[in-house]
Amino acid sequence: MSKVRVLVGTRKGAFVLSADGKRESWSIEGPHFPGWEIYHVKGSPADPDRIYASQNTSWHGQIVQRSNDGGVTWDVVGNGFAYDGATGTHQWYDGTPHPWEFARVWHFEPSLHDPDTVYAGVEDAALFRSTDGGASWSELAGLRTHATGSQWQPGAGGMCLHTILIDPQNAQRIYVAISAAGAFRSDDGGTTWTPINRGLRSEQIPDEDAEVGHCVHRIALHPSRPRVLFMQKHWDVMRSDNGGDSWYEVSGNLPTDFGFPIDVHAHEPETIYVVPITSDAHHFPPDGKLRVYRSTSGGNEWEPLTKGLPQRDCYVNVLRDAMAVDTLEQCGIYFGTTGGSVYVSPDGGDRWQEVVRDLPAVLSVEVQTLA
Amino acid sequence: MIRVLLPAHLRALARFEGELQLDVATPVTPSRVVDEIERRFPMLLGTIRDRATGKRRAYVRYFACERDLSHDSPDAPLPDRIASGSEPFVIVGAMSGG
Repeated sequence: MSKVRVLVGTRKGAFVLSADGKRESWSIEGPHFPGWEIYHVKGSPADPDRIYASQNTSWHGQIVQRSNDGGVTWDVVGNGFAYDGATGTHQWYDGTPHPWEFARVWHFEPSLHDPDTVYAGVEDAALFRSTDGGASWSELAGLRTHATGSQWQPGAGGMCLHTILIDPQNAQRIYVAISAAGAFRSDDGGTTWTPINRGLRSEQIPDEDAEVGHCVHRIALHPSRPRVLFMQKHWDVMRSDNGGDSWYEVSGNLPTDFGFPIDVHAHEPETIYVVPITSDAHHFPPDGKLRVYRSTSGGNEWEPLTKGLPQRDCYVNVLRDAMAVDTLEQCGIYFGTTGGSVYVSPDGGDRWQEVVRDLPAVLSVEVQTLA
Repeated sequence: MIRVLLPAHLRALARFEGELQLDVATPVTPSRVVDEIERRFPMLLGTIRDRATGKRRAYVRYFACERDLSHDSPDAPLPDRIASGSEPFVIVGAMSGG
């Protein structure tokens, strides 16, 4: 029978949640790396026993952990994230030039085909790649050195590269997103990059439809249709049907279009999920009700999903990397909260179960579907 | 032989319990001590000193003989009592919450 393994990164360690295909009874292991911030934990699609974890504190910096046995044991691998060549400057919060400084890895994206190849999205924003299982890292510097780089600026969480999407039909095509620069696409395996922000409008920047400067929170795609992209921007839920060449808004009837995560159903490319958050000033759900919203039409028409979720006095947030879907026949949806709960819906969002509560604030949730 | 105390997070990373004992060439300096720690425990690269700049990380402190030596030159000789092993060189995470 199939199983699922949920990899949870939190402010104070990593946890591994496991269940069979029913996803009703769960075992919880952890904390791994107790006391450290674990921004992201993700397994290789090519070898699910190979898992990468980003471990960090302000005291001792960045550590990369690798497991070769499905998260039972871990070893430290390389943390040499050296920018390639002159670092130049980006904009600081006050608009002054500020040199690029490495702070942490926000996101690992393992190759779809090679367990030893993995991409790392880092703060200050840059993209690195390892082809030796994380032992060494090389920057794909064409992104950071893009002509617009000096205009990029940090969002409230830092100037982070948080989203990496590899086109499953064309390994040369990679999408990334940076807060607050926007979305970028490479069609040559990461050597050169094009900003893909046409159609985005952001009232928080002087030129609302500028080429760069947009605070993109998350992008998602369905592997069967990789030219269709869904974006949760700081404000606005957006969609592109042409690989990011242009975007249009699909916020529709959402109670608020501010939020962080966005994801796509494993078997229904037009079914997407977001978690509306009141505003950028109030990082909690409207009316104290934790509601996932689902659109089965690729946006615009949304329905609230509430069964099993707290519907009063709930003031948590759901961060950008804290939602995932499994690929079981009945697609499971997962998300974690800053209040330390992880929820699963084993039926595409109709009903929800709290898998665990009172963990440290959840930073990331990934799920592996295992044979 | 000099003695070194590491903070709990770094002992966990290095899978090492207790006090480190290191052979360090004289004159014994903070730089030479950390060089030897990183040679013996490569998983600690970057956790005491920034990998890009080589400087002590902002929230790491060096204590010895009841003094904070963090802002002294990393190439200045440590006190004789550290070099002789009669007192430990202490590497700590700064008190700053979290």
